[in-house]
Order: sequence, then C-alpha cells, then structure tokens
Amino acid sequence: MHEMAIALSVLDSLEKEARRFPNGRIAKVGLRVGELAGVDSGSLGFCLEAAVRGTEWGPVIFEIESSPRRHLCERCGKTFVVTEYDIRCPDCGDGQTVFAGGDELELAYLEVEENEPCGAGT
Amino acid sequence: MNRVGLERKVLSENDRLAGELRARMAENDILCLNLISSPGAGKTSLLERTLERLEPGARVAVLTGDIQTDNDAARLKRYGFPVRQITTGGTCHLDARMIERGLAGWRLEALDLLFIENVGNLVCPSSYDLGEAAKVVILSVAEGDDKPLKYPSIFFKSELMIVNKTDLLPYVPFDLASAQRNARSVHPAMDILRVSCSTGEGLADWLVWLRARRQRIPRAPVSAV
Repeated sequence: MHEMAIALSVLDSLEKEARRFPNGRIAKVGLRVGELAGVDSGSLGFCLEAAVRGTEWGPVIFEIESSPRRHLCERCGKTFVVTEYDIRCPDCGDGQTVFAGGDELELAYLEVEENEPCGAGT
Repeated sequence: MNRVGLERKVLSENDRLAGELRARMAENDILCLNLISSPGAGKTSLLERTLERLEPGARVAVLTGDIQTDNDAARLKRYGFPVRQITTGGTCHLDARMIERGLAGWRLEALDLLFIENVGNLVCPSSYDLGEAAKVVILSVAEGDDKPLKYPSIFFKSELMIVNKTDLLPYVPFDLASAQRNARSVHPAMDILRVSCSTGEGLADWLVWLRARRQRIPRAPVSAV
C-alpha cells in the first residue's frame, strides 16, 4: 500500500505546476499508470481523493488511464500489446521482441479553468 | 477549460535523487544492489551467508530497511562490515531520500559493494528507484511458484531472481520449473539462481554472479583534463 505516498507525490507536483497558472485552478488531472508500475489504479484514485480533500486544491477530478505492456518487434517494426505474457510478434511470429512501455507512472495532463477575477490576491 | 500536456513522471523527485545516488556509485566504482522479497523469504539470511564468505578486508556495506526494530542490523553487524538500519516507521518501502540519509558519513570511496535490503514487500519497493545498479528479487520455495505472475512488476524490474530455501523442496508443493517459467514469461532475460541459505547450496554461484556483475557496472565518465 504505497499508493498514498504516490498520491502525495502527485500533490507535490501539482503544487509546482500550479505556479505556472496564477490565474487558474487545476480542475482535472490525468495520470497514466502502466500495468508493470506496481501501482493499483483503484487504490491510487481513492488515495488521491482522500489526499486532496480539505486542501486548497478544492475539488479536483483525477482521471487514471491504464497503460498495457507493449513490445516492439525489431524484425518487422510492429509495436503490439502483450497479452497473457506472450511476447511473440503477432504479425511475424518473432520471439525476440523488446519491451516498449507499460511501466509508466506519469502525470499526463492538467485541465485548468480560469479563476474569477476577484479571486486574485486572496 | 484549458488542457495542458505534462508527460512527467509522478516520482520525478525520487528519480532525481536516485540519479544522483547512481552517479555517486559510479564515481566510486560501487556495485549497489537492491534486494527485494516478501517478508521471511531470506534477504537477511542471504546477506549473512554472503558476508561470512567474504574476506575480512572486503569493501562491503549494508543498508537494511524495516518498518520497526533494528534486529536485522544487529544480525548483520556480527560479520564486521559497516551496517546501518533504516527504520521506516510504517512506510512499506525504501525511497531514495532514505538511502541518501542512510549513507551520510560513510566514505563511499572505501566501498566496492553496497547491499540495500528493502522492506519485506513484493509490491511497493518496485516503484522506487534507489539508485541501484540492479534489483534482485528473492523468492523462497515456501511461497507459491506463481508469485512472478501475481507480482509482475518486481519480477520484471529485477535483473536476478534468487530461489531460496531449496533444501525445503522435498517438503513443499513448490514447482521449481514452473517458478522459472513464470519468471521468464514476465522477464525473458532474467538471471535465475537457486540457493539454500541453510545448507549453503548454490551460494558459490551467487558469489560468482556478484563478481561478474561488478565487472559490468557503468563507470563514471572520465572528465577531460
């Protein structure tokens, strides 16, 4: 259960990002979690909601996108999603494919809404 | 509403610190290994059997992590090498900041090998880079041989799997071939060793692996003079 620690790291990042938008409020945060990241998306979502509650960040929607394991076939150049640990290329059948993603734990995007003008300076 | 792309790692601060640690290890020509397993799989026993096989002057140190107690450090200090306990006080994994603090005051130029014994847990430690050259996962035969499929992240990220407690194989339903197959289905290029910390079987292979691995650590770039 390290999802709370990860949720707090997300809030740290948001604090830094928020400085770029002095006249805006972060309304939505998109995250990408790879299936090999060792992080449970449901649990992370729960922790993010709990961590953000009662903070100055106000209501923030967290959207977590799962990212499957991908491999690249160096023989035919195809990138494909690995299912059931089968890393053979579905096109040419080659078994010597290389890892090409699926361990991400990333902040993908923010959605920022403009503040009311009178909110400035408070 | 204004959408802004970020594409930034969530653990970027940890990764930054881990990068600094990795650079310090390279500058000092240290092989740093991060040992990970579930509780009771034999991380501390493996370290004890390793330390007792090294010559007294070996340049080795251990950072050992636990949620509570300094029992492991007390066990490991008996072998005469520098050992420090990191007590996380509830946190289920070590992070790069804890390693940085744990190394404070140690002369890294006096080391060739640094073992980090992570908190017993197959999940959370897999997310945190500690600046190690390689992660090593230990699976004991008292556990299930399907652990690599249940916890793919740590088996994917570990360079070596050590199957420990092989002396118990006659008494448990653990299928060694199946465990190896499962590990390689998650991580095809994984190295696999079989050891028993009770009988000593396989430990010589582990020492050979360590020596060979140390030859492959990335050296710090030589600065132009």
